[in-house]
Amino acid sequence: MTTEGASEPLASTRSFGQRSMWVDVLGLLSLVGVLVALYLALLWAPTEAVMGDIQRIFYFHMPSAWVALGPAFTVAFVCSIIYLVKRDLRYDRIAAASAEIGVMFTTITLVTGPIWARPIWGAYWTWDPRLTTTLVLWFIYVAYLMLRASSAPGHKRARLSSVFAIVGFVDVPVVFMSIRWWRTIHPLLISGKGMSLDPSMEFVLMFSLGVFTLLYVYLLIVRVRQEDLKSRVDRLRQQLLMR
Amino acid sequence: MGFLSRSWAIAQKDIVAELRTRETVISMLLFGFLVILIFNFGIEPGLREENLVKPGVLWAAFTFAGILGLNRSFAQEKENDCLQGLLLCPVDRAVIYLGKFFGNLVFTAIMGVVVFIFFSVLYNVDLVGALLPMVLILLLASVGFSSVGTLFSSVSVGLKTRDVLLSILLFPVMVPVILAAAKSSARVLDGDGLGAGSLWLGLLVVYDVVFLAISVMVFDYTVEE
Repeated sequence: MTTEGASEPLASTRSFGQRSMWVDVLGLLSLVGVLVALYLALLWAPTEAVMGDIQRIFYFHMPSAWVALGPAFTVAFVCSIIYLVKRDLRYDRIAAASAEIGVMFTTITLVTGPIWARPIWGAYWTWDPRLTTTLVLWFIYVAYLMLRASSAPGHKRARLSSVFAIVGFVDVPVVFMSIRWWRTIHPLLISGKGMSLDPSMEFVLMFSLGVFTLLYVYLLIVRVRQEDLKSRVDRLRQQLLMR
Repeated sequence: MGFLSRSWAIAQKDIVAELRTRETVISMLLFGFLVILIFNFGIEPGLREENLVKPGVLWAAFTFAGILGLNRSFAQEKENDCLQGLLLCPVDRAVIYLGKFFGNLVFTAIMGVVVFIFFSVLYNVDLVGALLPMVLILLLASVGFSSVGTLFSSVSVGLKTRDVLLSILLFPVMVPVILAAAKSSARVLDGDGLGAGSLWLGLLVVYDVVFLAISVMVFDYTVEE
């Protein structure tokens, strides 16, 4: 079976496929950052007066949610549009990699949240707008990955999954709006008056946010490079078979 | 022939085919009835909060039965390469999308209304008072369901896991529609009338407009060769 991807020129992935120094530096930075964030969150930050140590989970919960709902799914959405306009499979691979990382961080959010909520709210789960929207979001992007898994690589898969990524992304605010018309009990950190956090806690949170974003960028680059190489191998194999 | 009448011609083709085979709507209806029947065994008889559960039963039946029609929508075009013929029509791709959408809308809405009548008999709903407002809600929900549903039916039709995939793709995106429809019909079934749920009706209308527009715009990419 020939894939439509065969029409892509071989050179287009060459530069991206090569290892470069700064990617390794970024990886090292992420590693050190995560270790420091662990130290800050688990040992350095003051214990929360009411909730106790369980509150520390929040330094990983919120940054994961931020990475997934912020850059990860937005990049997937934007790159899907760029793919449909430019028809360059590179953008499809970036969208897929970003969505994949987004699903991973959404999963972390959905796992850490209930662990915190059980002692604090007295229940693992409530049908609060943010929780419900995050869960629906998780389903949408898992569906996106399922769609990709059930189709052969190439332009057809890229077209279909781009269409789904666009519709799915537009659906998210509508889901949030529709569920918000119930009462919300999720802690609201950032209100009109700024952050309602102790300065040292705020520092740990900000540090953690930065590190998670860095980690996202690193994972994205590595994953896209891996996909680039994979499609290059596929095309080389086809050329070899045709000879 | 205008834009809409061309689309209607495609919808008519589907409706005529359905009238001759009677495959899709009958199976949708039976499936919807069965969902209601099965839900019935999960609900304690004489439950005090029965009124809170009812809309959920109706909309679960609507969703599950509706997906059957969507599964058939593009699958039947694949048989004998009908889709090729359809795409060769000298019309805009948006016309083809709207045609398939109208066909699905007709089937889904008919299924919805009949399933509701069946439901109202079994759950002692005041049919005469509730029918008109419920038809409006069912129609709005059917537009939202069929608009994205027709698009995703076209997305999933050429893939290995076609039928299961369509449900997995469609259900999460349908959350606002089902939520708004269940909330507004809960008001109607409580005897409060349509006005009490106007916020939710507004949401349905917004959803319908937004997703019909997006679907018309991106449908082309799903059938491109």
